[in-house]
Amino acid sequence: MYPTKYHKPDSLEAASAAMAAAEDGKILAGGHTLLPTMKQHLAAPSDVVDIRGIAALHGISERGGALTIGATTTHAEVANSAVVAAACPALCCLAAGIGDPAVRHVGTIGGSLANNDPAADYPAAVLALNAMVITNRRDIPAEDFFDGMFTTTLEDGEIIKAIRFPASECGSYSKFPNPASRYAMVGVYVARVDGRVRVAVTGAGEDGVFRHDGMEAALSAEFAPDALDSVEISDDGLLSDLHGTAEYRAHLIRVIAKRSVATC
Amino acid sequence: MATVNLTVNGKAVRRDVPDTTLLSEFLREELRLTGTHVGCDTSQCGACVVHVDGKAVKSCTMLAAAAAGGEVTTVEGLANGGLHPMQQAFHDNHGLQCGFCTPGMIMSGVDMVNRYKDSGRELTEAAIRHELEGNICRCTGYHNIVKSIQDAATKM
Ligand SMILES: Cc1cc2nc3c(=O)[nH]c(=O)nc-3n(C[C@H](O)[C@H](O)[C@H](O)COP(=O)(O)OP(=O)(O)OC[C@H]3O[C@@H](n4cnc5c(N)ncnc54)[C@H](O)[C@@H]3O)c2cc1C
Ligand code: FES
Ligand code: FES
Repeated sequence: MYPTKYHKPDSLEAASAAMAAAEDGKILAGGHTLLPTMKQHLAAPSDVVDIRGIAALHGISERGGALTIGATTTHAEVANSAVVAAACPALCCLAAGIGDPAVRHVGTIGGSLANNDPAADYPAAVLALNAMVITNRRDIPAEDFFDGMFTTTLEDGEIIKAIRFPASECGSYSKFPNPASRYAMVGVYVARVDGRVRVAVTGAGEDGVFRHDGMEAALSAEFAPDALDSVEISDDGLLSDLHGTAEYRAHLIRVIAKRSVATC
Repeated sequence: MATVNLTVNGKAVRRDVPDTTLLSEFLREELRLTGTHVGCDTSQCGACVVHVDGKAVKSCTMLAAAAAGGEVTTVEGLANGGLHPMQQAFHDNHGLQCGFCTPGMIMSGVDMVNRYKDSGRELTEAAIRHELEGNICRCTGYHNIVKSIQDAATKM
């Protein structure tokens, strides 16, 4: 790791000030993506600003079925939350399936979204549920947040404060985990929000998470696993890597989507 | 440099270290607590698992400065007079061969037993295997590790 200066502010204002003063500052949350990247010299921030000392960024609340999850809330906290289990049980299952217990004790929802790994789980939930990403500068609808592999529309120094998930009638997430890392080879979140079916696919797209119009149309006509049998799932724009070809991933999308619908 | 104040295995410690110091380095190189092993240094293998404020974490993926003010327990801190029931169970059930993964296995084992007890869930064999996803062993094939944790769970 190249030398860096560690900061642990206790307010959002102090965190913004530390970021503004830094030559090349990076926010640090769980560090389970940032620290490995720094070890590999793929990132070399002059300063790291740890936001876990800011009480306002942490915790879970519910109002009228809508959930607000603070950016530094860990995967384990979401997985074990009675509030999340009552409002949106699929989110508990999703969080409980991220990595392994030690990763879940430290990794955060804000870090996962800001990183936008094409194989991460949370982006599928955020896009399918049309959640709102709340930052220190504005509210960003999920549709406008993800901007390609490892890229979001967050500006320099912009800090995610919380994610607001609307009340949903149903939601279910299934994934085919990579057997070594547990990251999604393919993960599909199926949701019904305000009577509309939304299907978000992670793990498979070259540009990261995406919605699938064909599956949404088929499920809007008939909400059943078999409705997906005749949907065309193209392998255009899907990832091909050492874990699987685009064709394999296209096949998995249908299999995993059917599982999600079956448990919705 | 960062001034790091920690309670490690019940003892207060204080060191001035570079900001980039990992918790695993702090424990092994500053405190000479070499029971915590570094296998991969890439967050995969779990040999470096310690407890920070009561939770199992991979100490190779946490800055020492970020743990400051907290309480850390390493494998050296488990034994209290005699061996901890988890350590005894690994001994009784041949839960190790080379022993490299063992500190992490034991710390993850204690963590999972505590979590399942606290939430009143049954720690079945399948649950243990699932819970061990972040701990890699290249020797045993896991069977005796799972047996050891099952055995310890009845004694903790
Ligand atoms: C072994 C292993 C297995 C894993 N398996 C999975 C898996 O199965 N599924 C999965 O989805 N993920 C997985 N992960 C990733 C894990 O969930 C990470 O914790 C997560 O991607 C990043 O979160 P973090 O809190 O650690 O963020 P950090 O590493 O601290 O930060 C990541 C990036 O986001 C930025 N950032 C962090 N918080 C904010 C914020 N509030 N506002 C703005 N920017 C911010 C940082 O500057 C950095 O660029 C795995 C990780 C490991 C090490
Ligand atoms: S050394 Fe930390 S996970 Fe392998
Ligand atoms: S006993 Fe050798 S790696 Fe587990």
